[in-house]
Amino acid sequence: MQSLLARLNKYSGATTAIISILLGMVVGAIMMLAAGYNPVAAYNALFVSALFQPYDLGETIRTITPLILTGLAVAIAFRTGLFNIGVEGQFIVGQLVAFIVATQLGLPPVIQVIVAVIMGGLAGALWGLVPGFLKASRGVHEVIVSIMMNFIALYLSNYLIRTWLAKGADSTPKIADSPPLKVDVLSQIFGGSRIHLGIFIALLGVFVMYYLLYRTKLGYELRAVGYNPRASEYAGMSVKRNIILSMMISGSFAGLAGASEVLGTSGYLSIEAAFTGIGFDGIAVALLGGNTPLGVIFAASLFGVLNYGGGNMQFEADVPFEVIRVVVAAIILFVAANISTKIVGRFRKQKGVKKHG
Amino acid sequence: MGDYMQVVTNILMTTVIYATPLVLAALGGLFSERSGVVNIGLEGLMIIGAFMGAVGTIATGSAWMGLILSIIAGIILALPHAVATITFKADQVVSGVAINFLALGISMYLVKYLYNGAGQTPVVPETLDRVAIPFLSEIPVIGPSLFQALPFTYIAIIAAFITYFLLYRTAFGMRIRAVGEHPHAAETAGVSVVGIRYLAVIISGALAAMGGASLSIAIGSEFNQATVAGQGFIALAALIFGKWRPLGVLGAATFFGFAVALALTGQLIGLSAYVPSEILSMLPYILTILALAGFVGRAEAPNALGKPYEKGTR
Repeated sequence: MQSLLARLNKYSGATTAIISILLGMVVGAIMMLAAGYNPVAAYNALFVSALFQPYDLGETIRTITPLILTGLAVAIAFRTGLFNIGVEGQFIVGQLVAFIVATQLGLPPVIQVIVAVIMGGLAGALWGLVPGFLKASRGVHEVIVSIMMNFIALYLSNYLIRTWLAKGADSTPKIADSPPLKVDVLSQIFGGSRIHLGIFIALLGVFVMYYLLYRTKLGYELRAVGYNPRASEYAGMSVKRNIILSMMISGSFAGLAGASEVLGTSGYLSIEAAFTGIGFDGIAVALLGGNTPLGVIFAASLFGVLNYGGGNMQFEADVPFEVIRVVVAAIILFVAANISTKIVGRFRKQKGVKKHG
Repeated sequence: MGDYMQVVTNILMTTVIYATPLVLAALGGLFSERSGVVNIGLEGLMIIGAFMGAVGTIATGSAWMGLILSIIAGIILALPHAVATITFKADQVVSGVAINFLALGISMYLVKYLYNGAGQTPVVPETLDRVAIPFLSEIPVIGPSLFQALPFTYIAIIAAFITYFLLYRTAFGMRIRAVGEHPHAAETAGVSVVGIRYLAVIISGALAAMGGASLSIAIGSEFNQATVAGQGFIALAALIFGKWRPLGVLGAATFFGFAVALALTGQLIGLSAYVPSEILSMLPYILTILALAGFVGRAEAPNALGKPYEKGTR
């Protein structure tokens, strides 16, 4: 019975996702039509250019990589009933610490990269600890603290880059033989694109999240607290401990995303006036993916295709890239408002089918 | 001595300029949140306001018309947030995040469409410039900042007092507070929770859009991707730091404006030799966290904040 219920839930989640994606793309198409662009040509250019050439496929996978990790970060917090809007800041400190390790410690090359990745993840965990701890100990809403932590991360990063890492310039020198996560074999398979080992970190992250959530006691507790904190407390679980751990695990995924980006794609840091947006994209990925590990892969892939293909769409079909932002926003709104179950629910009521209690 | 006065005068002027959009947007957030609807979308509402302010001014040739159009745009963008959160009971934070995405997407899409692929609007033909109030503007030090200010600054200060009056001295304000504290009791007393919340979210759209417009047609004179860069989130912080009260918000926003002014003028007055500008820029956020954690006063959120209203539940 329980498994049936679970399956029904999953089914309705997938339906919501698909209907929301289609409606979101319709919104985008309407915007294109209103401005006199051809939506069919635009979407065609988008998907063809994102997927059909080895080079483009490699670039699309590169775009998907951080989205999987930030998506996981938001998703695991959601599973514990927490909204980690601070993924952006955790991403920044992960990037910062990974870069510092890779440039300042002088470890042997391979060990250095591994340590840099791990330290990046830990930095993200530390940044997630602050809102987690304040939520657990003082009941402060994690959303607000996370937003504040984003700005603190941004300015901290800018400060260290300006005064130390870049020595007065706007961006740092590149990491030696950079970017260290890029391997020639992989790049050559995908037509010389910038795909890097980060995708394996991301996939490992998906596996870790799956294993953690469904195969360990901690994962069970995290989910239980998300479902019903009071019942969990009554059952002897420490809600506070789980809140803190959830935010730290979430932060570590975000930190890994940052480490993977700086060690795999850019190889340097620069002073930023604004956020990258990768952390915020993670929110969209988690929501669309229904906060499940597999769902996150699918959603990250879709948004990766939209983001990378959107650039080509601008080039080939002359449609401004920003329409993709509108499509993503519309998809989030539709998923959040649970539009399909509202429609399906109304439909069911009319047919007199009883709801599952 | 004269130099010293000049420095203080300059810092005050910068403070007031940076506080102005924050006050407007935070007051917008106040209406929404006092009615029980979280508004993370303030940033997006400011973006759409800044965009429409610039485009409207260019299209009509009048900055005042630009302001009116920007208010309308803010109201229109606030509607999906209201529909999603009040009618469809969507998660209010998630919906707000979507509003931010939506605003940046729509505005930059239209900028590129309207101005042949350019990343910013042309410079607006008219800005709403400083208006000096006779006699008062002659007061040394505070005169130039407060009484020779932008129209937006006067609007922001007046809006704070009107909000105070509305909230605590009128039936409408009492209803907003009732709906935000105890929606079921309010409904029992005959107040339409849905109606009040819709109205509050719409007002928040109008005010935040005005804050945004101040950035594109008064403080700056064009719109681009960086015109609104986090002010909506600082306004949110000011709302919390000001404990969801109109005059508290006015004070908090002014204080945050002061932090920005110090960060910007630090170089000039030699402060940056002691405190780096980035640390000054962090100050508002650190203080907000400390305030929330109860180390600097206690932030009391409206009781029903963030909870969708379901009829017939308790």
